[in-house]
Amino acid sequence: MWLWSVVMSSARPTPVVAIRGLGKSFGSLRVLNEIDLEIEAGKTVCVLGPSGSGKTTLLRCINFLEQPDEGQIFLAGERVGYVGDAQGRPMTQRELARIRTRVGMVFQHFNLWPHLTVLGNLIEAPLYVQKRRRNEVIAEAEELLDKIGLQDKRDIYPSRLSGGQKQRVAIARALATKPRVLLFDEPTSSLDPELVGEVLSVMRDLARGGQTMMVVTHEMGFAREAADEIVFLDEGVLVERASPEQFFTKPQTKRAQQFLQRLG
Amino acid sequence: MRFEVIIAEWSTLAAGFATTIWICALSGALSLLLALPVAALLMVRRAVIVWPVRAMVDGLRAIPFLMLVFLGYYCLPVLGLKFSSWTCGLVSLTIYNTAYFGEILRGAWAHLPREQEDAGRAFGFYGFALTRRIILPQIFISAGPVLGNQIITLIKNSAFLMVITIPELTFAANEVQAIYFTPLETLIVAVLLYWLLCSAVEGIVRVMDRVAVVRGHE
Repeated sequence: MWLWSVVMSSARPTPVVAIRGLGKSFGSLRVLNEIDLEIEAGKTVCVLGPSGSGKTTLLRCINFLEQPDEGQIFLAGERVGYVGDAQGRPMTQRELARIRTRVGMVFQHFNLWPHLTVLGNLIEAPLYVQKRRRNEVIAEAEELLDKIGLQDKRDIYPSRLSGGQKQRVAIARALATKPRVLLFDEPTSSLDPELVGEVLSVMRDLARGGQTMMVVTHEMGFAREAADEIVFLDEGVLVERASPEQFFTKPQTKRAQQFLQRLG
Repeated sequence: MRFEVIIAEWSTLAAGFATTIWICALSGALSLLLALPVAALLMVRRAVIVWPVRAMVDGLRAIPFLMLVFLGYYCLPVLGLKFSSWTCGLVSLTIYNTAYFGEILRGAWAHLPREQEDAGRAFGFYGFALTRRIILPQIFISAGPVLGNQIITLIKNSAFLMVITIPELTFAANEVQAIYFTPLETLIVAVLLYWLLCSAVEGIVRVMDRVAVVRGHE
């Protein structure tokens, strides 16, 4: 038995995110059912599916913004939300907070903190949650702004930015805590069409740079080109997992076929 | 016109003006501190907690300030509770204003998008740090202009404190005019001083308005 586990663990590295038997209901509505999923380090997984299929809830369960009803979530091998292996005791706020700094989140509506400058948004969590040294945090934040091409907006408040710039800042903010994985919740859905490109190009660079990412999106072009794996969700069920190549050319399930057909 | 009276009695009026300023500043600051827990209690979802606080806030806002001053100064002694006019004046000004500040902050708190708290939690904020770093600054920025306007009301309400013999500006002006029979001159000066003070606050409100646009929610 121990030999088996040694062989298994050496054959497959611990996934950054592992989801086992995840289930979630809102009242009588079943939004997630028996979801199993792993994301390995450096991989980009795109989660596709019709609206209301539970994609966003799945994402929010990973950092416990939404509390799952069943199943387990592991982040780099550590259980999220509970301490101990079986049912375990629920994590304290403090323990949850520590886990959450290892997960970066990018929201559909940016949710930048409007009372802080662009730089302020980037350094807020590193300074006041991670309690890291100020000059080190600022230097890193400036590097990130450089990377997304917004160093000239450093001292501007978010209300002065375009939607695309806001979302790029939100991505930089999510990177500032040096998370193990970045979660994107429809990051381009509330953008004007002409601003989508700049955000996708930042995400593409991240994917190429080996950042582990899980992206809920309706951008099929991005999914096809940047994803290592496609996860297709429908009515709270994980219907299909495939490479982008296979998913977009030869989807295996009827529901995925219909979904792709409707997109035209 | 006998403005020489004003010049001769300027120190009385100046002392009154100074009293108005410090009593307003002190009760304004105190009520801002007290309004935070009041607003927090008003945001609680449990009826047992909200109901009494809500009743007190609404009750205070529904009575004239002068009545509250009378209640404290004339009625409480009947019940065996006697306070100096200073204590009575400062306390009534503070709790009356706390009711308004509390309601203003609650309104701003209720309008803070839920996603802001979500974003805070997603980045590891919780409890006191979440409130202190993410929620409160946004509430104060959005409520700032309304709080400023409420301060102007506070300044004007403070004139009522003359009836319990607090030597603030209105009291001082009334003294001077009664001694020298110069109501017009004295009251013109008093009114100008009130106008000056309120305009200064108004100026600050305008600055806060601009801050709220730049650093608030779209």
